[in-house]
Amino acid sequence: MNLRTVALFAGLALMFILTGQLQSWNLSLSILNTALLAAIMAMGVNMQWGFAGLFNTGIMGFVALGGLAVVLVSSEPVPDAWRAGGPGVLAALILGVSIISLSIIAYKKLPAGRKRTWAMIVILGGGFFVFRAAFDGPVALVESVNPATSGNLGGLGLPTLVAWPAGGLLAAVVAWAIAKTALGLRSDYLAIATLGIAEIIISVMKNEDWLARGVKNVISLPRPVPYEVDFQADPLFLTWADRLGFDPVIGSSIIVKLCYAGLFVAVLTLVIFLSERALNSPWGRMIRAIRDNEVSASAMGKNVTGRHLQIFVIGSAVVGVAGAMMTTMDGQLTPGTYNPLRYTFLVWVMVIVGGSGNNWGALLGGLLIGWLWLIVESLGPNIMMALTGQMIDGPLKDHLQDAAAHTRLLTLGVILLLVLRFSPKGLIPEK
Amino acid sequence: MDQLNALIVFLNFVFVPGLTYGAQLSLGALGVTLVYGILRFSNFAHGDTMAFGTMVTILFTWWFQSMGFHFGPLPTALLAMPFGILITALFVLGTDRVVYQFYRKKKSVSTILVIVSVGVMFVMNGLTRFIIGVENRNFEDGERFLITARDFKILTGLNEGLAIKTTQVITVVVAILVVTAMFWFLNHTRTGKSMRAFSDNEDLALLSGINPERVVQVTWILAATLATVAGVLYGLDKSFKPFTYFQLLLPIFASAIVGGLGNPLGAIAGGFIIAFSEVMVTYAWKKVATYALPDSWAPDGLLQLMSTDYKFAVSFSILILVLLFMPTGLFKGKSV
Repeated sequence: MNLRTVALFAGLALMFILTGQLQSWNLSLSILNTALLAAIMAMGVNMQWGFAGLFNTGIMGFVALGGLAVVLVSSEPVPDAWRAGGPGVLAALILGVSIISLSIIAYKKLPAGRKRTWAMIVILGGGFFVFRAAFDGPVALVESVNPATSGNLGGLGLPTLVAWPAGGLLAAVVAWAIAKTALGLRSDYLAIATLGIAEIIISVMKNEDWLARGVKNVISLPRPVPYEVDFQADPLFLTWADRLGFDPVIGSSIIVKLCYAGLFVAVLTLVIFLSERALNSPWGRMIRAIRDNEVSASAMGKNVTGRHLQIFVIGSAVVGVAGAMMTTMDGQLTPGTYNPLRYTFLVWVMVIVGGSGNNWGALLGGLLIGWLWLIVESLGPNIMMALTGQMIDGPLKDHLQDAAAHTRLLTLGVILLLVLRFSPKGLIPEK
Repeated sequence: MDQLNALIVFLNFVFVPGLTYGAQLSLGALGVTLVYGILRFSNFAHGDTMAFGTMVTILFTWWFQSMGFHFGPLPTALLAMPFGILITALFVLGTDRVVYQFYRKKKSVSTILVIVSVGVMFVMNGLTRFIIGVENRNFEDGERFLITARDFKILTGLNEGLAIKTTQVITVVVAILVVTAMFWFLNHTRTGKSMRAFSDNEDLALLSGINPERVVQVTWILAATLATVAGVLYGLDKSFKPFTYFQLLLPIFASAIVGGLGNPLGAIAGGFIIAFSEVMVTYAWKKVATYALPDSWAPDGLLQLMSTDYKFAVSFSILILVLLFMPTGLFKGKSV
């Protein structure tokens, strides 16, 4: 860590403090929490892009999978739905996986040629109809159980904190399957393929109501920290508030946010620690050697595909954990709100602005861009209001004030282009 | 059993929508493929170029409408389209000068150019949202239908109607005109030939005195034209919403890759393959089957392979299958 890095982080801290002082501490902390989550996602992307040069634009999918894991692990099970169609759904899913495995085995065992093509068509095409026949009935049964409040199988009812590693695990399993099929593609094909796979993950989450209620959303997920109302009902807390002279409503909300911030910082520290250790180990040097020159690395006997697979899975798992944490903090899973601009490309901007290939850079980028993204949302309309204050009232003024909320995409695009042009290694370059 | 009615239902719900959507995708994919062939990167900003061009066209359409200009039974947007193309082309040329040229001179790898195009995508997306907002805009005017389902039924005495919207005919006609002009340009003009030469072998093209900057400029103009035309046609046929255009990027990439990136003919074929698969896989075939099959075979279910929400999933599954089994696409594209 040199002086420049320290100065950059100090400046960042100052921005959060100023936000707290000038706007409100509640806002500053909620921005901080979102920015911390974004920083963890940026860590995951940095592992894939910064260390290994893998162009993964499917970040949104892994964030969403993490969120899905929260529902599957920590929400309460729906016993009626399980009785109605649970075993049937599970059996159909196992059947689906076996059909795909069968087709993979057939593809590997049979010699290339027309015979193999037909075998694949028969297995996959026929398998699709067999799967649908087995799957549709139980799903309809599950979805008909209390459709207004549940209509899904529910989760395991485990503590929320268990859902975070579970989110990582789910993301890792899916990442493994994706990597097995798509990692052989060259860079921009990989980008396009992962962009599409993320869309597929979201559309599955939107439409498979038996899984997590689809667009009907799952709300009031359990929290790992106390509720604001618990504090406000606690006499000890109220006397404290009275003695120190703060408003109990605002105070409780700040304490809850601080609890979240503590948890997030703990996870972030763990991720940075492990990532730094990995980066400075022989394994990390091997990954970077592969990134810099695949051909010579593989000539040195390094298993390029194997390492790519490893880092793709690990990076996606980190993103999955962050996605699970985000859903926990929001307390709800809303598949309709996942948007590639926000959850894929914004994270990419963070990594590139911060400095790809450097964990501290990704951390700085995540916090800085996270702060900017949210502060522009709250400050933008004010600034536009001030700028257009002198203008005559009319449609143009109204339009400018309404449109202020959209300036942040523009701002971020310009920042990304400027950084790429004038400081392509980012604010904290790789050593 | 009534084959004629089955055919009409098929035409009305599958063939005509698929043909229109396919034409729109083809035009989009053609733009992506041209940029890939000449500049050698996948342009993530293409969807937002479409949105930008459509937005400019809509603004001109509104202006014309407010002045009382109309295009008879045809939508006013067709009159406004040349202006949309002009401004979009100027904007895209400006982006090239300010942004892309630097990386081209530096000979950056294609991955960097893709990330740069993400930056351009953000800027164009932000501009579009800033200028016209995020709401749905309907800018279609003129005659809505060439023939309505009711008229068709009266005319033919069949049970089922075939409705053809004006915009569907316009889409197909304009697409044919634009694609013909494009191929004539690529095959018969000096600039077009130099573009193909540049795409096939950059070094040889440079050696024979082709000016690369000029080739690049013409490519951007063509890409902006194709994007605006595709965007306006899509907007007329459905409606204009910036986010939808961003999402169109996915089926457009799928079309371009399925056809073979860098291959113009492939892009057109790819567009129709993707469009028809999306429509056919998500269409409920019950009605067609009820007419086409003997009564005793009439189906109970909807006969829908996948729900309509899986549209994008269909195009992407095809994309991934093609990438895995024929990485250069159905028609030979380039795979650098």
